[in-house]
Amino acid sequence: MSIHHVIEQYKDFDIQAYFARITDRQIASAVNKEEMTLLDYLTLLSPKAEAYLEEMAQKAHRLTIKRFGRTILLYTPLYLANYCVNHCIYCGFHSGNKIDRKKLRLEEVEAEAQIIAQTGLKHLIILTGESRQHSPVSYIKDCVAVLRKYFTSISIEIYPMEQEEYTELAGAGVDGVTIYQEVYDQERYEQLHLAGPKRNYFYRLDAPERACRAGVRTVNIGALLGLADWRREAFLTGAHAAYLQQNYLDVEVSISPPRMRPHQGGFLPDAEVSDKNLVQYVLAYRLFMPASGITLSTREPAALRNHLLKLGITKMSAGSCTAVGGHSEHNSVSQFEISDGRNVAEMAAMLSRQGYQPVYKDWQLW
Amino acid sequence: MKDQLIIGGQSVTSRLFLGTGKFSSHVIIPEVIRAAGAQVITVAVRRFDPDNPRENIVNHIPDGCILMPNTSGARTAEEAIRIARLARAAGCGNWIKIEVISDAKYLLPDNMETIKATEVLAAEGFVVLPYMSPDLMAAKKLAQAGAAAVMPLGAPIGSNRGLKTKELIRVLIEEISVPIIVDAGIGRPSEAAEAMEMGAAAVLVNTAVATAGDPVAMAQAFGLAVSAGRRAYLAEPEDRKRYASASSPLTGFLYGDSMKSEG
Repeated sequence: MSIHHVIEQYKDFDIQAYFARITDRQIASAVNKEEMTLLDYLTLLSPKAEAYLEEMAQKAHRLTIKRFGRTILLYTPLYLANYCVNHCIYCGFHSGNKIDRKKLRLEEVEAEAQIIAQTGLKHLIILTGESRQHSPVSYIKDCVAVLRKYFTSISIEIYPMEQEEYTELAGAGVDGVTIYQEVYDQERYEQLHLAGPKRNYFYRLDAPERACRAGVRTVNIGALLGLADWRREAFLTGAHAAYLQQNYLDVEVSISPPRMRPHQGGFLPDAEVSDKNLVQYVLAYRLFMPASGITLSTREPAALRNHLLKLGITKMSAGSCTAVGGHSEHNSVSQFEISDGRNVAEMAAMLSRQGYQPVYKDWQLW
Repeated sequence: MKDQLIIGGQSVTSRLFLGTGKFSSHVIIPEVIRAAGAQVITVAVRRFDPDNPRENIVNHIPDGCILMPNTSGARTAEEAIRIARLARAAGCGNWIKIEVISDAKYLLPDNMETIKATEVLAAEGFVVLPYMSPDLMAAKKLAQAGAAAVMPLGAPIGSNRGLKTKELIRVLIEEISVPIIVDAGIGRPSEAAEAMEMGAAAVLVNTAVATAGDPVAMAQAFGLAVSAGRRAYLAEPEDRKRYASASSPLTGFLYGDSMKSEG
């Protein structure tokens, strides 16, 4: 049994037909269950379940506080390089885009680290485009060696790697791996990824599992919402997370529900995902996976983030900048435009006002 | 005789231990501790933040408390050992609550790894309080390895389900020479009282207080319940002394007593 089987199992599953048969009784029963099945989760993702969002929200709120407390972990991204060999038509860094390409030198990495460290954050996620030539594993390792002086938790959001490479980076101090499948619908995936190694759907699909085997502590997955039918994508993301949790009990599996944002290159999402849809996804997932983290980035606007944080979110980014070297200089090209420009202190103040403790540090092994 | 709890050679004034990880703000923690009358306070080393004094949870623990750092997040004995040493290096005393959990869903402890970590850290002079699944053999090994107390779970962490492992904990209380402290799962003061009536040396509570509508009032309620439960235990409840001193002996005839009644 691998994640391939799970994806295969639902490939021809007629979700619309399933939705059409759902009864109110089924929805109410799913909301009240202690252990939901995957199909209960799908039930709560149905259009009909939109009438139950308040009940779902009350339970999601309670479950989250019980498990994670009245706390939200804060982190920020650091873009190391934007060289990329892939052509993903929805991304500002894709190889066909004529933008200034840049890779931080280690002194620049340190300069960015110092600026971010002043905010008090101890959790960092580092990002690169996919270019093994420009950003090889050895470069990531060198960057981690610099960043360890300033941060106690370092995650990566880079190209999918071999298990041995994940092991090597875990040994260097990387404790988390974020890798989004972007689109679980395989046909749609092939239409959106025109060139580069990223065209290999299954190599990417297996990456979180390789990271789990390599001994990282946290694995964060997700679908980029707006590229295909969100209900199906949310369902398969949940199925993937449940598969990982079941098979790698020692790994903290979490998801992100990122929605498409405007970017250089101008691709517009063809499957709109409303605020209500996003809320339904977060709630259904929380009820299905009470022990799993949910990360919310600055892709979403401040006002919406303020509301969403009570519905099951456990981790939020703050003071984000999606350009390479953007913390020390402000004229680089961004991967996408952020919607919530609040700095760390502003985010922390908002959390306190809402009765949540902003957590700056939640891991240390050195 | 004074009813004293001694752990690692140190006398402890309150049998209610408190966790700190789930509060909405550090500011409330001193108030909660005062209301509970608690002395032993556990803090996750992962949350220690000396670079950030205002946010550093350790700075919010009042004087007079005994800080019990915990190794929350450790998945192996090796990680727990590293985290314990970090706590000591940070100047947080030599108490350590060992948590080794390689189950991110239920957060159930790994007894074997916990025993390994206990052996190493007790030998290094730590006062070791291991969190464990209530298993008699594991508890014996922990005590042999030098644990200053053993902390079995009542139910999974944060579940507020109460004393689901009651019968197993009862066995530990009977058989293990070091104090038994019920840790995790206790959701209500009545459950804390029940654990104390059974003879637990102390209980540790976090989620039930931190997630209550009024954490300060709930802390006080737990403090009262733990004292009440302890007093009840010392007062020898009827069900416990039933076998200990029966009012009419059933074997008195062996010594000539029953002959009289027969005659």
